[in-house]
Amino acid sequence: MKSSLRNMTAVLFGITLIASAGVGIVNMITAGPIAQAELAAKTEALNGVLPAFETTETETLTLDEIPIVVYIASADNRIVGYAVETLSKQGFGGPVSLMVGFTPAGEVINVNVLRQTETPGLGTKMADEDNSLIRSIKGQQLAQKKLVGGKLAVAKDGGDVDALTAATISSRAYVDAINRAWIAFQGVSTGKVPTDSASGATLSSEPAAQEGGQNE
Amino acid sequence: MNKLKIILSGIVKNNPTFVLVLGMCPTLGTTTSAENGMGMGLATMAVLIMSNLVISLVKNIIPDKVRIPAFIVIIASFVTIIQMLMQAFVPALYASLGVFIPLIVVNCIILGRAEAFASKNPAFDSVLDGLGIGLGFTLSLTVIGAVREILGGGSIFGVGLGISDYTPLIFVLAPGAFLVLGYLMVLFNKLAKK
Repeated sequence: MKSSLRNMTAVLFGITLIASAGVGIVNMITAGPIAQAELAAKTEALNGVLPAFETTETETLTLDEIPIVVYIASADNRIVGYAVETLSKQGFGGPVSLMVGFTPAGEVINVNVLRQTETPGLGTKMADEDNSLIRSIKGQQLAQKKLVGGKLAVAKDGGDVDALTAATISSRAYVDAINRAWIAFQGVSTGKVPTDSASGATLSSEPAAQEGGQNE
Repeated sequence: MNKLKIILSGIVKNNPTFVLVLGMCPTLGTTTSAENGMGMGLATMAVLIMSNLVISLVKNIIPDKVRIPAFIVIIASFVTIIQMLMQAFVPALYASLGVFIPLIVVNCIILGRAEAFASKNPAFDSVLDGLGIGLGFTLSLTVIGAVREILGGGSIFGVGLGISDYTPLIFVLAPGAFLVLGYLMVLFNKLAKK
């Protein structure tokens, strides 16, 4: 069709109007189901890392400018565990987001990988059942692990977490996210920033230990 | 034109990956495994069929000078709609493919077919062309993904073959994408010529 200013303007206006109306309608239809699906995914992730619970309260901390959400799960008015939604920006292919469950005493119940974009076949193994990372920390007190500067570390960096084969960067990101979850857990479960044991000792020794300071 | 021929031409004679060499960015980026390659191919096919249909229907009312922006708006709307539908109704699939979906907008296969086929042919033929090219793209990406997954990760569609300790990792990394694509392109063109 021949182009004139009038028909070009009219057609483009018409197309953008119809297109945005279409996208808007689909958005209205899908907004509910999307929220539901996200809620279901979150509940599933919580169930995977916590013992049976009735209610959860949430508390949000900011560590290293990353928002960390702590879910405090209770049953019979008693706290049964803490689930921490944590994140590391040091992944090989992008951010790594984990859900880490702690017992009130501080044992790691389980870790669930919520989101990762690591290299398939290498870093993605962090989401596998019973991989070397989860085996190194599951059911254990993190404070009793071999800490480097007050933090958990992979074997290559002097710690005792077994890294995934050929995926050291992804393993470091995983451990980094766990460390952040641990700090958040300590902060929430004791009601204050941990200054006594591990993370307090690192305040002066390592730049990464700023995390402890920014907690408040 | 024979209807079946339109579909077959998209798979062999005008194969988007190995013959037209279009859409290399998603091809190289998303074929780290057979499953990812297939998912990207299928999502692209869905957008391609719908955009071809609509563009073919409205081709006579779009002035020539603004046809590219008009096509892009139509394609981008479909991509957004597909993304929202997937997120709402198949969240598991969206979780594994979500990052690739917005990439479809900039896939030049879709704009290329809109320009080269849908804007000149009737609606039904355009849908068939979308189906054929989409299938060609899906098959190519699945094959590239499968080869890279077998050679680099020792598995196929996520099922381990028990050789993962002996496979060269390079194939799941970026250089492997170029190597596999190059050799498969040679192989495909040699076979297709016969």
